[in-house]
Amino acid sequence: MNQWLIAPILIPLLGGILQVFMGYAPISLRRTLALATTVLLLVATIVLLLLANDGQYRLYAFGNWQPPFGIVLVLDRLAALMLVLTAVLALFCHLFSLGGYDEGNRQFHGLFLFQLMGLNIAFLTGDLFNLFVAFEVLLIASYGLLMHGGGTARTIPGLHYVVLNLVGSALFLISVGMIYSVTGTLNMADLALRIPDLQGADLELVKAGGLMLLVVFGLKAAVLPLSFWLPKAYARASAPVAALFAVMTKVGIYAILRVYLLVFGNHAGPLANLGMDWLFPLALVTLAMGVIGALGAQSLKTLVAWQVVISVGTLLAPIALGSNAGISAALFYLLSTTWTVGGLFLLSELVASQRGSAGDRIVTAPPMQNRTLLSVFFLVGAVAAAGLPPLSGFFSKVLILQSVTSGSEMAWLWGILLVGSFFTVIAYSRAGSIVFWRTVGGHIEDPPRLGGEVRAATGALVALSVIIVAFAGPINEYTDATAAQLQDRQGYVQILQTPMVQEDN
Amino acid sequence: MELVFALAIGTLTASGVYLLLRARTFPVVVGLTLLSYGVNLFLFSTGRLATGAQPIIGSTESYTDPLPQALVLTAIVIGFAMTAFVVVLSLRSLADHDDDHVNGDQSSSEPDSAAPEKREGHDQ
Repeated sequence: MNQWLIAPILIPLLGGILQVFMGYAPISLRRTLALATTVLLLVATIVLLLLANDGQYRLYAFGNWQPPFGIVLVLDRLAALMLVLTAVLALFCHLFSLGGYDEGNRQFHGLFLFQLMGLNIAFLTGDLFNLFVAFEVLLIASYGLLMHGGGTARTIPGLHYVVLNLVGSALFLISVGMIYSVTGTLNMADLALRIPDLQGADLELVKAGGLMLLVVFGLKAAVLPLSFWLPKAYARASAPVAALFAVMTKVGIYAILRVYLLVFGNHAGPLANLGMDWLFPLALVTLAMGVIGALGAQSLKTLVAWQVVISVGTLLAPIALGSNAGISAALFYLLSTTWTVGGLFLLSELVASQRGSAGDRIVTAPPMQNRTLLSVFFLVGAVAAAGLPPLSGFFSKVLILQSVTSGSEMAWLWGILLVGSFFTVIAYSRAGSIVFWRTVGGHIEDPPRLGGEVRAATGALVALSVIIVAFAGPINEYTDATAAQLQDRQGYVQILQTPMVQEDN
Repeated sequence: MELVFALAIGTLTASGVYLLLRARTFPVVVGLTLLSYGVNLFLFSTGRLATGAQPIIGSTESYTDPLPQALVLTAIVIGFAMTAFVVVLSLRSLADHDDDHVNGDQSSSEPDSAAPEKREGHDQ
């Protein structure tokens, strides 16, 4: 049992509670404390990453209850990777929000920290029902954040988002209930042990439950038939929130990776690789749909929102095929795409602020201030997102292409990914050349100055794609080890044998 | 008892889904509530239905499973909070758009569509 595992949940919880009671404190104090919380969270997650890097499973059992009877937190390489990914993204989004985007709502920092808490619970938990609770925590914070900044434009996409996710929660509960009614357990390790032995009617019930669970995770991840809510909601959200939401779809992907490799993996007997034959074509169609959406986007934020859909498709295709190399490549791409998309959302907001009434729409406008800086950021971000050499998007897409080596799957994935990347490049070059190069006469009245924090946050997120390339070797070793650890069901199941600390009396 | 229980869950869920597909926010909210009732009952039944049994193993011959009851309690609390939020959000949407259609004021968001006829259709 390792007490450090609770840190990524406790830090934002305590920081968030502090913010709730400090609604009327001076904004500089609130900002300092909130940012300090996020920095502390990043430090804690890096410590956990270093801990997890030895390939051991670490366990935290709430109330010292022996699993599978109590709720457990489990730290492995995948969980640590997701924690660090989120904490880095959150730090820069938070820094960006200090440039005036946290005003207008006293609870912004509180909601932001609670959102991080929900995300961290989802990444650490080893219990299916606890995963539901984590989803609800992060969703209710995200409802508040989505509305942040006011304006009537946000209510309708917000309403759609909330209603869809409530229906998703209902489906989640039904599938959890179905699985529990047969197996009598919700601990993921215990489920992994019991599901291979199921027979007859029980098998069909769990199969139905498992497939419904895939629908729920697909809704969170925005897989095609369930992805139409995403572009509107993300494009209307305020910039730091939209950038943080870049990781929300990845929670769905994380849940698919975790539950479907562990519980319905190769060892699951009759239910092995449940639903994965469905996921592969759906992922490819999602990818194609994202590219079509990006080509038709009318504004920079919508373009980036469709990039989120593209990355979901690109990520799920190799995951559905399930090879070690494919999962490793997907994790590499996950790092690259989440940070880049976050940076592009922040950048769109900066562009919008410098173009007066034209905003972030892809139309000609008078020349903007700070054009050089913003266009360099856009160039780096677009190159990384579209997957052109020499940035991280290119390397990860090459890894994904290399991981698929057989017959028709290879033809489909290579075809759609390569053609899709080509059209993504066209979408970005069209947007970039209209927004940055094609200008009309006139000038923009007093555009707001770009503060140091917004420049730093945007620049840093975009520049991470360069850093990923610089450290591609170690990162790839880590993702390889993560993929190998994910395939090793025995290792995860061992946590059930962990002895609990005895009381001293 | 199983048949009555199953019929109740089925009716609640079916009505909930039907109302969810309506075009006004109020029926949608009511639909969400009915759906969550159905889900809560379903979750409750996953520990098998038993009357007059204690939730303690070994105390009597038949016992009832306490875990689904704990799960239902959590689900009720969460569902209650979410319903409260969605009610406030619908009111806000009504105030913003002077219209409780789930797509807001259709005539302004989609100028090309034949909005007036459509809206009359929904009112019936």
